[in-house]
Amino acid sequence: MNNKIALELRNITKRFGTKVVANKNVSLTLYKNEILSLLGENGSGKTTLMNMISGIYFPDEGEILIDGQPAVIASPKDAYRYKIGMIHQHFKLVDTFTAAENIILGNNEPYKLKVVNSRVKEIASKYGFDIDPQKKIHEMSVSEKQTVEIIKVLYRGADILILDEPTAVLTPQEIEKLFAVLRRMRNDGKAIIIITHKLNEVMEISDRVSVLRKGEYVGTVNTSEVSEKMLTEMMVGKKVDLKIDRVSVEIKKPLLEIRDLTVKSDVGTTSIKDVSFYIRGGEILGVAGITGCGQKELCEAIAGLRPIASGSIMHDGSSIVGMSTREIINRGISMSFIPEDRLGMGLAPSFSITDNMMLKTYGDGHGPFVDRKSARARASALIDKLSIVTPSTETPVRRLSGGNVQKILVGREIESGPNVIITAYPVRGLDINSSYQIYDILNEQKQKGVGILFVGEDLDVMLALCDKIMVLCHGEVMGVVHAAKTTKEEIGLMMTGSLDKSELKEYGKAKDSNLSEEEWKNAEKEMEE
Amino acid sequence: MSKIERREPLFHIVKNDAISFGKSLGIRIIAIFAGLIVVGILGMILIGENPFSIYSAMFDGAFIDVWTLLQNTALLLMFGIAVIPAFQMKFWNLGANGQVLVGCLASIACMKFLPVKFPQIQNWLLLLIMLVASIIVSCIWSVVPAIFKAFFNTNETLFTLMMNYIALTTVDYFVFTWDKTGSGTLGIVNLLNGQKGWMPDLGNKYLLPIIISIIMTAFMFVYMKFTKHGFEVALVGESVNTAKYVGINVKKVIIRTLLLGGIFCGILGFLYASCLSHTVNQQIGGLGFTAILVAWLANFDSVAMLFTSFFVVFLETGSKFISTKFQLNSTDYSNIVVGIIFFFIIACEFFIRFKIQINHQHQKTEKSEINAEKEGN
Repeated sequence: MNNKIALELRNITKRFGTKVVANKNVSLTLYKNEILSLLGENGSGKTTLMNMISGIYFPDEGEILIDGQPAVIASPKDAYRYKIGMIHQHFKLVDTFTAAENIILGNNEPYKLKVVNSRVKEIASKYGFDIDPQKKIHEMSVSEKQTVEIIKVLYRGADILILDEPTAVLTPQEIEKLFAVLRRMRNDGKAIIIITHKLNEVMEISDRVSVLRKGEYVGTVNTSEVSEKMLTEMMVGKKVDLKIDRVSVEIKKPLLEIRDLTVKSDVGTTSIKDVSFYIRGGEILGVAGITGCGQKELCEAIAGLRPIASGSIMHDGSSIVGMSTREIINRGISMSFIPEDRLGMGLAPSFSITDNMMLKTYGDGHGPFVDRKSARARASALIDKLSIVTPSTETPVRRLSGGNVQKILVGREIESGPNVIITAYPVRGLDINSSYQIYDILNEQKQKGVGILFVGEDLDVMLALCDKIMVLCHGEVMGVVHAAKTTKEEIGLMMTGSLDKSELKEYGKAKDSNLSEEEWKNAEKEMEE
Repeated sequence: MSKIERREPLFHIVKNDAISFGKSLGIRIIAIFAGLIVVGILGMILIGENPFSIYSAMFDGAFIDVWTLLQNTALLLMFGIAVIPAFQMKFWNLGANGQVLVGCLASIACMKFLPVKFPQIQNWLLLLIMLVASIIVSCIWSVVPAIFKAFFNTNETLFTLMMNYIALTTVDYFVFTWDKTGSGTLGIVNLLNGQKGWMPDLGNKYLLPIIISIIMTAFMFVYMKFTKHGFEVALVGESVNTAKYVGINVKKVIIRTLLLGGIFCGILGFLYASCLSHTVNQQIGGLGFTAILVAWLANFDSVAMLFTSFFVVFLETGSKFISTKFQLNSTDYSNIVVGIIFFFIIACEFFIRFKIQINHQHQKTEKSEINAEKEGN
């Protein structure tokens, strides 16, 4: 390996306000011809550190050296001058422009698309990308958009590339492809930093790993000399059991049965098409799929937030189609959807914990007044039970950290004693400890006989936690597989639609259904009327 | 890149999420004083008066007639109370003017024609009919934009604003129709006709609006803070998605809340007709926009609005007196005074929401490191 230093950080410190220290005395060395993983839990300061290298933030203390020379990076433009390119987690592309137009945007060069197109193609073939420069961004898949982002920085001559959680939105196959490209770039002399918190990917792609914990630099190790377990311990600071248990529970009758469900999106396109499945009591059914393949619409349809186009939803043998959200809540169906901003649905950010506790129960009891007293008692009970870190029960939830916010949401839903839990991305953005706490809560509910629909992102987690996994692609069921008998690769192929198991076998109709075939037919007829 | 340039920003603007009540009050008071200083300096330059005599003129002017001051405060407060439930819901109701005006028009219509048709009518019955008529018409004015918002998601700001103009021209139409003299104004109704439809005197003609405004404030405080309805209103304002998610009928809440605002505006319109002006003209309801300012300054808190509405009335009355006292030809300087002080109050919100952090120089950094270590220990 060529041991020339590309980038060096010395004692970088960054504060936000007086209390928050995002990075404290971080030192880091990046060599040419290497892929360095930056590992750390949420809030450990990875993104802040990278933002300082790419000129979005300016360090309070410390210095940055590029090719051995002290560098001042005060803006993203400066970063480009130093040949640093960052690929953000959320893409920054103009949807209505083509790939080539996006690539030269802000580049101050003559607008000659032919030249640009050929140069883009040149870069693409050099590293093994697959891209059509004339395709518009809104027609692209997530992985294509990512490709555009990467080519954009390469086009500007970046030698140091920073990728912020590039794999979070990709399927296993796409991840493989991305890694092959990264390796080719490394061999071409580029220096690459990749931020991720998936340990198996760290082990697979990187040469060295640097670990941050709570803003402090823990250390750098050679990947070949460590194990996943050791990395976790570096990251968390203590020993952690990485195993997710799949508790086995006696199989019960189907609780929620859905047949031939079709749901439209906000703009009128079909989001969920002829989907049939059922959840038994004491079962966790996973839902896997690329972002935007209808998970949200499915959850909303079950919770009564979105009208369905056709099909039937049976809860405990009777139809809940057309019921109001309130009636569905009262039947014991709980839905918690953690959106990307984490606060959009299910919680009121500037309400206190107490008020959030009574969001679904404020209407209980007679009289015109709300009962804040009992809600406060429930809030403090929940704070104790889930060890939520908060100054008081009256603190607005937006002032709490992400993990604590999610514990309040999931905790409140479970406290209401549901018999069906629909939960989407319950561990989104949580650190390892909080995630495991949530898995434990779900397993506890499963043992109590609750039926759980778990919409997830991380296939490893789903394979370990769920009993069965339903795979969606463009709103259609590609098949339902037993988590213990399938592989990540198989699910990945199903997610992209390359493998359609539903052609061979009809899924989603329980043999011991609560309704007889005749009743199902009647229900169907009623729906048509 | 041999030359090292140190180009770091001079200060950072940091969001200040958890400011204490005392501190925010302090910032506001400093802002008012800063505004007064600018007002004083401008006074010296523009009208050549000593700043302190300007300040004392403001005080004298405001307190020259305490009852009027209190009554005006009460009126402004009532307008504010009528708009805050909608505002809390982030429904920007700019139509309080029109709602009060049409309410007043309805009351006046009853007052003018019912005693003619039914000369035997009891005064209390007439007053009751006037009140009900005012509330009904006022509610129509407020609920139409609410229905359109709830079902078609129309922009309520423009809609309520336009309803004001409809109210104004409607009043014009009726006044021209009713007025036989051709002057285009309606005189005091029933002045010579046994004062039918006039509120009985409580011994002090200013007292009734003041009492009603206090009752309204107390009601609204309890309604917003402790009732199920108030909880729903706050939740819809906070996040419509979350409100739907917990099973709240958002359409119903929007319409119900605007009806409540309509009721309050109706009461206010009735007060104008029966007790304050005994007539209807375009000037009635003119406080609606100032009330929006009052509501914002109070952060939609009904009790805080007691103070903000008093302050605004005090400022406007006091500054108007400046031009009287110093015998200025116009009220321009008075308007400047009001404008400058409002500017300072609104601008100081920035310092309440954000903190300015001057970047540490190198020496200071070492110091803060030591402090950080101390804190760590």
